[in-house]
Order: sequence, then C-alpha cells, then structure tokens
Amino acid sequence: MRDATLPLPHVAGAKQGPLTGRACGYWRTVGRRLRRDYVTLSFASVIAVIALAAILAPLIAPHDPNATSVAYRLKPIGYKGFILGTDELGRDMLTRLIFGGRVSLVMGLVPVGLATCIGGFLGLVAGFTGGFVNTLIMRIMDVFYAFPSVLLAVAISGAMGGGITISLIALTLVFIPPLCRVSEAATTQIRGRDFVDAAKASGASSLSIILHHVLRNVLSPVLIYASSLISVSILLAAGLSFLGLGVEPPTSDWGLMLSTLRQSIYVQPVVCALPGAAIFLCSLSFNLVSDGLRQAMDIRA
Amino acid sequence: MAIALPRPDLQPPPTTDDSRDRGGKAQPLLIVENLRKHFPIRGGALNRKIASIKAVDDVSFVVLKGETLGVVGESGCGKSTLARVLMGLVAQDQGRIIFDGELVGGPHGLSLRDLRRNMQIVFQDSDSSLNPRLSIADSIAYGPRVHGMSRAQALSLAHDLLRRVGLDPALFALRYPHELSGGQKQRVNIARALALDPRLVILDEAVSALDKSIEAQVLNVLRHLKETLNLTYVFISHDLNIVRYVSDRMLVMYLGEVVEIGPTDAIYRGPKHPYTKALLESRLGADPRHRVEAAPLAGDAPSPVDPPSGCRFRTRCLFAEDVCASKAPSLGRSNNHGAHLAACHMGDPQSGHSRASLAPAPLPRVADAVVC
Amino acid sequence: MWHYAIRRITLAIPIAIGVTIICFCLVYLAPGDPVQNLLPPDATQADVTYLKHAYGLDQPVPVQYVKWLLRALSGDFGRSIQTNRPVLGEVLHALGNTLFVSVGAVTVAFPLALILGTLAAYYIGRAPDRLATGVAVIGISVPNYWFAIVLIIIFAVELRVLPAAGMGASGSAGFNPLHWSELRYAVLPVWATALVPLGIITRSMRATVADVLSQEFILTLRAKGLGGFGVLRHALRNALPQVLTVMGLQFGYLVGGSILIETIFTWPGTGFLLNKAILTRDIPMLQGAMLVLALWFVVINLVVDLLQTAIDPRIKRG
Repeated sequence: MRDATLPLPHVAGAKQGPLTGRACGYWRTVGRRLRRDYVTLSFASVIAVIALAAILAPLIAPHDPNATSVAYRLKPIGYKGFILGTDELGRDMLTRLIFGGRVSLVMGLVPVGLATCIGGFLGLVAGFTGGFVNTLIMRIMDVFYAFPSVLLAVAISGAMGGGITISLIALTLVFIPPLCRVSEAATTQIRGRDFVDAAKASGASSLSIILHHVLRNVLSPVLIYASSLISVSILLAAGLSFLGLGVEPPTSDWGLMLSTLRQSIYVQPVVCALPGAAIFLCSLSFNLVSDGLRQAMDIRA
Repeated sequence: MAIALPRPDLQPPPTTDDSRDRGGKAQPLLIVENLRKHFPIRGGALNRKIASIKAVDDVSFVVLKGETLGVVGESGCGKSTLARVLMGLVAQDQGRIIFDGELVGGPHGLSLRDLRRNMQIVFQDSDSSLNPRLSIADSIAYGPRVHGMSRAQALSLAHDLLRRVGLDPALFALRYPHELSGGQKQRVNIARALALDPRLVILDEAVSALDKSIEAQVLNVLRHLKETLNLTYVFISHDLNIVRYVSDRMLVMYLGEVVEIGPTDAIYRGPKHPYTKALLESRLGADPRHRVEAAPLAGDAPSPVDPPSGCRFRTRCLFAEDVCASKAPSLGRSNNHGAHLAACHMGDPQSGHSRASLAPAPLPRVADAVVC
Repeated sequence: MWHYAIRRITLAIPIAIGVTIICFCLVYLAPGDPVQNLLPPDATQADVTYLKHAYGLDQPVPVQYVKWLLRALSGDFGRSIQTNRPVLGEVLHALGNTLFVSVGAVTVAFPLALILGTLAAYYIGRAPDRLATGVAVIGISVPNYWFAIVLIIIFAVELRVLPAAGMGASGSAGFNPLHWSELRYAVLPVWATALVPLGIITRSMRATVADVLSQEFILTLRAKGLGGFGVLRHALRNALPQVLTVMGLQFGYLVGGSILIETIFTWPGTGFLLNKAILTRDIPMLQGAMLVLALWFVVINLVVDLLQTAIDPRIKRG
C-alpha cells in the first residue's frame, strides 16, 4: 500500500497537481492570489500608467514643460489647448504633471532600493553574527532612528544645501535604519530555527547557510516592508521639494509645483491642487499594491 | 493508513562499515567523558553574569556500535542540550567526545566537519526543522551538495532516501513543507539526516510531537532503516514506553547528570535509582485493579540554576539522609559496557547511607514507603 | 521593574549622545566654510580669523563638540544669528505653539481612530471595515501638506469661514485660546495634522483588535454567554497596551514632523523655526532646534517603552 492513499492535509491555497507530483509552488500560489485581487490589480495598472507616461513623457506631452507664456497664466481646467489649465507662469499643467512623474518615481524608487540593499545587508550581518557586531550596528541604527524621518531628511538636506542628489542621499539615509531593523529581526528569527542548525550539522559553511537558507526567508519580509516605504519616499521627496530643498526650478516636480502655486489658490484653486492630487494618487497606488503583495505572500493565509 | 515499506526488489546496501569502521567491533562508537555545559544568566543593571544554568554537568557514557541508546528524563534535565553538544551545535565547556576511537576537535583529532559526516540529528519540531522555502528534495540534497556532490547526483540520492522512508518521490519530491503532515515531515527529516550516510543518528524527541498511530509508523521506519543501513541510534525521549520498545541500553538524566545507566530490560525490571523507580511507577497502567493513591513523584524539579547540594534528587527522594546532602553520589565505573550502574548512596555499601547495607535487594515500592 | 527602568534609561543615554553628535555635525555637512556663510563676501582675512576664534571654530572638532555639549547642558544654546536672541528661549516658546496644535490633533484623531479601528475589527470584512480601512489608507497616503492646502481652499477660499494662515489675529504673542476669534486660527492646522495619525492608528487598532478577537479566549467568553459589547471590552483591554505604544510614538512624531504644516499655515512652531533657520543658515538656531526636537522624540520613546512594560504583563522585566 502506498502513501497515495493518505489524505492530503488541507492547506488553503495549496493545490496538489495531478499525479505528476508537481506541487503548486509558493510563487504560483502568490500569482494566483494576486490575479484574484482586483483592488491591487487596478492600482498596479495605475502605477504602470504613471510609469509609462513618465518614460514616454517627451513623446506624449502636448506642450513644452518649460514654455512660459504671460498671456495664458492660471487658466482653469478645460481651457482650450490646456486641458488641465496652466500654472502661474503660463506653463501647461498636464505636461508638467507628466514630466513631474519622472522625478517622483525616481525619488520614490531609488532611495528605497539603495536603502534596501545597504540596510538589508547590514541587518543580515548583524542578525547572523550576533554578539558585539550586532550590538554595534543596531545601536548606530538606533541613533538615526531617534529622529523623526521628516526632521532627519529636512536637516540633512537643509544642511547640505539641497538639490536632487542631496535629497536622494538624505532619503536613503532616512530609510536605512528601519530596513536594517526589519532585516535583523527576520535574520535573528530564522537563525533560531532548527533547519539552520540542521544545515550547520551538515557541515555547511556560514556563507553557504546564508545564501541558501537564510536569504530566501529574509528576502520576502524585507521586500514587503521596502515596498511599503515607496509611498513614504514619494511623500517625503515631494515634501522636500515643497520646502525648496529638492529639485531646482524650473524642473517639473509635483512638490515644487505645489509650493509655487500656493500663492495662487485664490485665483485658480482647483488647478493649484492638481500636483498634490498626483502625489496622492501615486502614493495611494503604491500603498495598496504593497498591501496586496503582502497579503498574497503571507504563507499562512 | 499504512506506510510504504521499501519494495522487495530494493536490496539493502552492502554493509560499508568495513571501510568506515576504524576501531573494530569492541570499540564503542561514541565515548563521552565528563561533558559539561553551563549557560550564563545575565541580569542586574549592568547585565553581568549572575548565575548559570547547569544544563549538562559532568556527563559520561558510551554508545556501542549497532545499538540504540535511550536517553530519558523530565523536561529541563538537559537531554536536548546534550544532543546539541554532541553534534557540535553548542560548544561544550569541558569534556571529551571520542568517535570510533578518535578524539573530536583538537589538533590531531577528528574535525567537526568530518564528525558531521558520521553523526546526524533529527529534531523534535518537524516544522521548524525544514526550510519553508525549499522543496523537500532540495532540503534533503543540501547536505550532500555541501560536501561536494553534484546536483543531479544529490537529487537522485534524495529520491532514493524518500523511497526508503516510505514517501513516493514522484508525489513528494517537489512539495514544500507546508504541504506535508507532521508524520511526513519527520520522515523527511529522517531522510535528510541519512543523506550524509552517517553511522550514528541522534533522535531528539523525534516522535514526541506526532499522533500515536503515526508515531508507531515512524518508529517502524526507523527500525527498518537501522537494520538495512547498519545505524546506531541515540534515542532521546520523555516517553518511557517508547524507550523500552526501541532501546537496547538506556540512561536516565536528572538536572544535568546521569543518574542511572544500563540495559533497558534490567532497568525496567529493577531500577536502582529512586528517581528511575518513581518515573517508572508514574506510568499509569490500564488495569483498574492496580490503583495508585499517592503520586510517586511529587512537586517540580528544582531549578537547574541552583541545584541541591550533594545528590540533586534528595529534595524529592523519600529515602534522603544527611549523607545525601553532603556528598554527591557517583555513577561508578565498569569495564563492562553493559553494566547496570546507578548514582545513589543506597547502592554503595561504603557511603554511610542506612539503606546501603540492604543492597543488592530491590528497592521497596515508593508507594509503600509513605508513612501515614 | 526598576532594574529594567534603570537599564533602559542608561541605554538611552548613548543614543542621546549619538543624537547630539549628529546635530552638531550638521554644520560640517554644509558646503563651504561655516564662517564664510556668516560673513559678507568682502570680509578680510582678519575678520574671518577673529570670527573663527570668537565662535571657537579654530579648535579641533571633538573639543568644539564637547564645549558645545557642556554649554547646551547648562541651557546655553547660543544666540540666533538672525534675531540675536537666546536660542533656547525661542525654541521653547515655539515648542509650546507646536504642542498646542499637536495636542489638539491628538485629541481629535485618537478617539476617532480607536472607534474606527474597533468597528473595523469587530465587523471585519463587512462594510464598516471597508470604510474604516479606506479612511486609514487615505490617511497614510495623503501628503499632509497637500491636505492642508485643500482644507485652506475649501474653508478659507471658497467658504471663507476659517482663516488661511497665522496664529491669531495679532500673532502668537496675543494668542488667547479661550476666545473663538483666536482659536479658529488653530482649527485648520489641527485638522491637517490629525489626518496621518488617524490613518496610522486606525490601521494599528484594527490589526490588534482583530488579532485579539481571533484568539481562543474570546471563544471561551462567548461560549459562556457574554454578549457583543462585553466581549469587546475584554478585547480592548488586551489590545490597548500595544496601541498605546503606537499612539505615543505618533504623538512624538507629530512634534518632530510639524515643519510642513507650520510652513503652510505660518504657525510659529518649532518646524517653522527650523525652516527659517535653514533658509537663513542660522547655525546655532538650526542646531538648537534639531537637538530639542530629536531629544523630545528620544524621551517620548523612552516613556512609551517604560509605560508599555508597566502595563503589559507579558513583557519580561529585568
């Protein structure tokens, strides 16, 4: 009598393939869950649209983002030739919003990406090594963690003089401590599990254990956390630009646009609120998609 | 719900221990001498070491080739720590481990890596023992690959081992741990332990977390593997019935020390240490005519941080006397590896214990010793 | 318990020292010589040397740091280059203004968030849950500076019921919170500030209460016949310690992160002060404000940590 007669344990979402024995792997389950999650899918397409528009900006924008015009200043939405109106210097809002998407996406993704690599690596080292190295790394992180992120970003940017590169550096520094913490917590938890001991008992070196066993278990919580930071990064970056610490004028940037249009809210309130709406939409989309990803990747659900 | 026994056409492998065996039949496979492991406790405002948990304290025993040595004791007696120290997962403070005549560690001895080719462990928690992100074939193949085997070879070895433990590779090789039941996972763990072709397998409460019926099947798998692969087992458990079923010899641990050691049947028929006797009497029988009024073993074990002076069992022992507090009894030594020894003053005529002269008469029943 | 408290406080000291080091080093991040930034371009070398000596900038950095720290500990944060008034006094006054808005925001946001979160968890999966979760997600996705502008557009520009900026009709000096004509200036800043904590705490409350409600002891209570609200009371008692931590941290965060809202409403709080200091490169003010804000956050963290250990019996002490 063979084991095929044993009833399978009922695990939600896990399907047994036909008798070929090819079980539905982890990623296939994640994919299937995502395909059914309409909210996540729709906002993922929003992100795709924004990204596409940002990449193709010079091709699809109706006007030149820097073309000023005294005659067409602060026109309302629906004005002939300028669908979303114009700003205080007569530049077309739609064009500037599309070009602004480039900066926002870069400022959202690059700092988080860099911080994930650096912070994740530091956390892995701290969690796996333990002892003095762990204490040293985590205490340094604690010092940076002691600052509210807005304050830290503003202070570093402000002290160093502002500008887009400085802002990227400042934001990366802001995100390294939380990512390092998540990575260290996950690594420490994994390290305490028996299969790491079993791998050690097989005679594997530490490097081999980290690469084959620890990394793939730590990667998913770190990436999920990182994806939730993207929306924060977009907000913070726009906030820095709002304060004048980000991009330099006349670059199209949503935060900077919001700041310069602020004086004109009595004239064209809706137009002046548009850049902020763009920031909101972008941030919301990343938030919902990252939430959806987290739920889909939850191995227990 | 039977498991698949290996098909009759699968020949047991030719016994390879002729090439691996160094010391000959008489040489014990494992000799443990004066093993000690204390864990420091830190506390106070400055986090200094204020005490230590004496998890394993001066433990010595041997494991003979081809036998199953049972290790029993209550929770907290140090069994699992012992297992981890033997595997080198936790470094011992003191003591020597000699594997088939070669000292482990040290400049000329057996390296840890080589030891791990010969000795493997199966843990209790089947869930945390497997990497949730690796298929079970990959988990099993990992060990051999670390030691240089090619991926294809390691995977075919993994398939072979799955068959040996009764899991059809066609159905199970590509599954993930969360798709298996507890019994199946433990069988995967056993297969993984066997992947490096060890000679000694330590089973740390390997069947404790399983349902009784599954437990029986896994034990049968273990027995079959032992016969076909010429294995030696150290079987750690708190379940006395199972230990009797599987072990040839056994040792009893209490608060980090070995209190009794000897052939299983001899111990079960005539325990020499009051603790062993109380443990055996704690097993409730199914016969309603034999009722027990008083619990044979009362209270909880004292903390391993501050064990009682002298004999550690004296606080719960009904026969404790002053000599038990002042002098710690020793297990004794014997050239006969199958000797039945107990660390108790009552068995030593020179100890000064009032009952010592009564040896070798059997101990009175604990229940009878209760004075009204 | 006290051992733990002492140990926790001693652990906070190196962190506080690290914070002071970072605040101090900000000056050296700035491009160019800090002194050159203070002087007019036609200053002579003698002027530069004199000023360097006056500010103690000609000594090695660690010595400067220690001197600065010692002065700061005795309350002397130097004088603002801009206003020539003592930094500490200005910062503390501004802190009071910021706290006014923060406390107001917290009073609005926290009760609402607790209710929404509890409802969401109790009716999980159904309409109230979706509504509350929607509010929460919006709360954390909306840039609070944009939200402030939208509020201004709605209430100050279109409806004209609330003022767009400033703290009181005659500035912060004459601000009297007991008069509605003054207090109305605080309404929009409070609402704008309240949005993000509302979102975060609703989410946190929902997750914690849902987690507690799914535990087995709730089943036991229901099996004994306890009705809806009774169960909820038990659940809340278990959920609150954890949420309290989040609330405390959010409150600390509000003070440190107030810069954007205060800039929009020209509310003379610490954030506004910081912004001004950055624009005018007022180094002593920048250092002083940063230090007070960061240390405030460290203290709040410490208090929250100790409170949680005191309240939650599951956390090991010592």
